[in-house]
Amino acid sequence: MNIAVCVSHVPDTATKIKIGDDNKTINKAGVTYIINPYDEFAVEEALTWKEKAGGDSKITILSVGGDSNKETIRKALAMGADDGILLKDDNPRDSMGIAKALSKEIKSHKFDVVFCGKQSVDYDAGAVPQMLAEFLDYSCATVVVALKMDGNKIIAEREVEGGREVVELELPAVIGAQKGLNEPRYASLKGIMSAKKKTIEEKPAAQAENLSEIIKMYSPPAKQSGRILGTDASAVPELVRLLREEAKVI
Amino acid sequence: MAKKILAILEQRDGKLKKSAFEAATIAVRIASELNYEVEVVAVGNEITNLSETGDYGIKKITHLKSDKLENYSSSGYSEVIANFAKEIDADYLLMANTALGKDLAPYIAAKLNAGLIMDAINIDSSSGEIIATRPVYAGKSLINVKFNSQKKVLTIRPNIFKPAVKGKNESEIIVKEVEPSNLKSKVIDFKKSDSKLDVAEADIIVSGGRGLKGPENFHLVEELAEALGGAVGASRAVVDAGWRPHREQVGQTGKTVSPSLYVACGISGAIQHLAGMSSAKYIVAINKDKDAPIFNIADYGIAGDVFEIVPVLTKEIKKIKLQ
Ligand SMILES: Cc1cc2nc3c(=O)[nH]c(=O)nc-3n(C[C@H](O)[C@H](O)[C@H](O)COP(=O)(O)OP(=O)(O)OC[C@H]3O[C@@H](n4cnc5c(N)ncnc54)[C@H](O)[C@@H]3O)c2cc1C
Ligand SMILES: Nc1ncnc2c1ncn2[C@@H]1O[C@H](COP(=O)(O)O)[C@@H](O)[C@H]1O
Repeated sequence: MNIAVCVSHVPDTATKIKIGDDNKTINKAGVTYIINPYDEFAVEEALTWKEKAGGDSKITILSVGGDSNKETIRKALAMGADDGILLKDDNPRDSMGIAKALSKEIKSHKFDVVFCGKQSVDYDAGAVPQMLAEFLDYSCATVVVALKMDGNKIIAEREVEGGREVVELELPAVIGAQKGLNEPRYASLKGIMSAKKKTIEEKPAAQAENLSEIIKMYSPPAKQSGRILGTDASAVPELVRLLREEAKVI
Repeated sequence: MAKKILAILEQRDGKLKKSAFEAATIAVRIASELNYEVEVVAVGNEITNLSETGDYGIKKITHLKSDKLENYSSSGYSEVIANFAKEIDADYLLMANTALGKDLAPYIAAKLNAGLIMDAINIDSSSGEIIATRPVYAGKSLINVKFNSQKKVLTIRPNIFKPAVKGKNESEIIVKEVEPSNLKSKVIDFKKSDSKLDVAEADIIVSGGRGLKGPENFHLVEELAEALGGAVGASRAVVDAGWRPHREQVGQTGKTVSPSLYVACGISGAIQHLAGMSSAKYIVAINKDKDAPIFNIADYGIAGDVFEIVPVLTKEIKKIKLQ
């Protein structure tokens, strides 16, 4: 089985976000970058599929972005993937531009399945997997929390309001992984060492125009700190009164 | 001919959802501001309450009908909607950022080579074009985004834009039979979760964190939620500990919610938790640590013991509900 995993390189979720001087992007100084947390579920799922399929199955990691994305590709290689491809573009791209670059590369490999995360925790769009599926003409399910093969079919469960949709797909497919799908393994020391020897091919990302544009980035207006009404149950009547009369929510 | 904005209205089990009326309301608003014409469309088999869109200022609604589309199919839905959008030459497409909208919008944008802006929490058209505001970096910053494309797809965060009734009217229903050719991704079953109300859809949420000390104490949170008619939410700490199911988790790796009222019980207010709930209209925090970060965003707080305060609060709420 020929498997691809698309990974994005994002600021650590615990970092403080400072707005850059251009007022359109973040100030990258001092920001630690990590593999997008959902993409770890995608890598883990790929590893499980490879183990099950056996034979000459192979996992290729793909990422669109600058040189530093190699760190994230390397992280996936350390978990056990086989090789990586950096589709290089130093300029920011919208989801469509990323999906176009990825799909062009994926078409030349004939992957059976492409694993993604459900969203990147930088721009939080959750759009690349669906767009990829569209450009590749693959079937697709996103926000997937359970997955199994059933003959030629894939049965995926996706999280929606009030429950899970059970989705039937056929191969080739794109899967967008949600937390809960599996428990990503830690890279072993051996994995980290051997990742250093694995190849990361570098090519220019296919050209694409951005169809949307950020005109301003700013911090959310600071919410006025609320009132502490008391330190014990004697504050409850006042709380209830405020909820009824001021907030009018009950 | 006026340019067109097309709102895509979501139905579940044959009924338009509340978020559908929010999408219709915003489409009507944008259309009047930009001098566009509104079209609305719903996809499915039998849908019972289509004419109710009239109350929100919709004159006619097109029902793209097929028994093959009774259940959601990303490939089938995106195909028939993109075809319809092309047929009427819509410039803007708009839908709610629900599980379905989030999934569907990117396929449609790709089919139409349209710019895509997801999860808008504010829409400003005063400059003559739409500038949408959306949270990024888990709500730690906001961006204003504009389209650079002729076709534009926009999703709006549920519960932020309230549906606006314009008067009692019934819209005309135009049924258009469609035949989707691509059903390679399709929903074949639905596993209902056993909780009554999903956090993502609830207007009131009572969430519990590690301050509850153990799963056996969550009945306090459940009882308060029930008294308020709301859903139960949870922090990641208690989900990871196995006290509560993941579907209740609020935050960056859980669900993003925008209820009218969010009550946080024994939750510290870590940035990843705030990412999922800071757009709630009113936030109440109960935490014994008066310096807990949750108080920075709470409207009202009680800096005390959940075990003492929550039962009293539940009792008080029940009392006023009886009145
Ligand atoms: C990548 C990443 C993603 C994450 N995603 C999420 C997410 O989606 N959602 C999420 O919630 N977290 C998320 N987290 C975890 C987050 O950082 C916090 O660890 C978590 O939110 C803490 O949960 P808590 O508030 O229940 O527990 P704690 O931080 O331990 O807080 C417990 C609080 O209870 C109070 N307390 C204790 N006893 C009492 C009492 N008797 N009465 C009143 N108050 C009491 C304490 O003062 C304390 O403030 C994520 C973390 C990472 C790194
Ligand atoms: N620059 C990128 N390179 C490779 N894969 C990406 C990139 N951006 C997003 N993805 C993939 O698409 C998923 C959803 O991202 P997004 O649509 O950006 O929220 C991510 O979890 C990745 O799997």
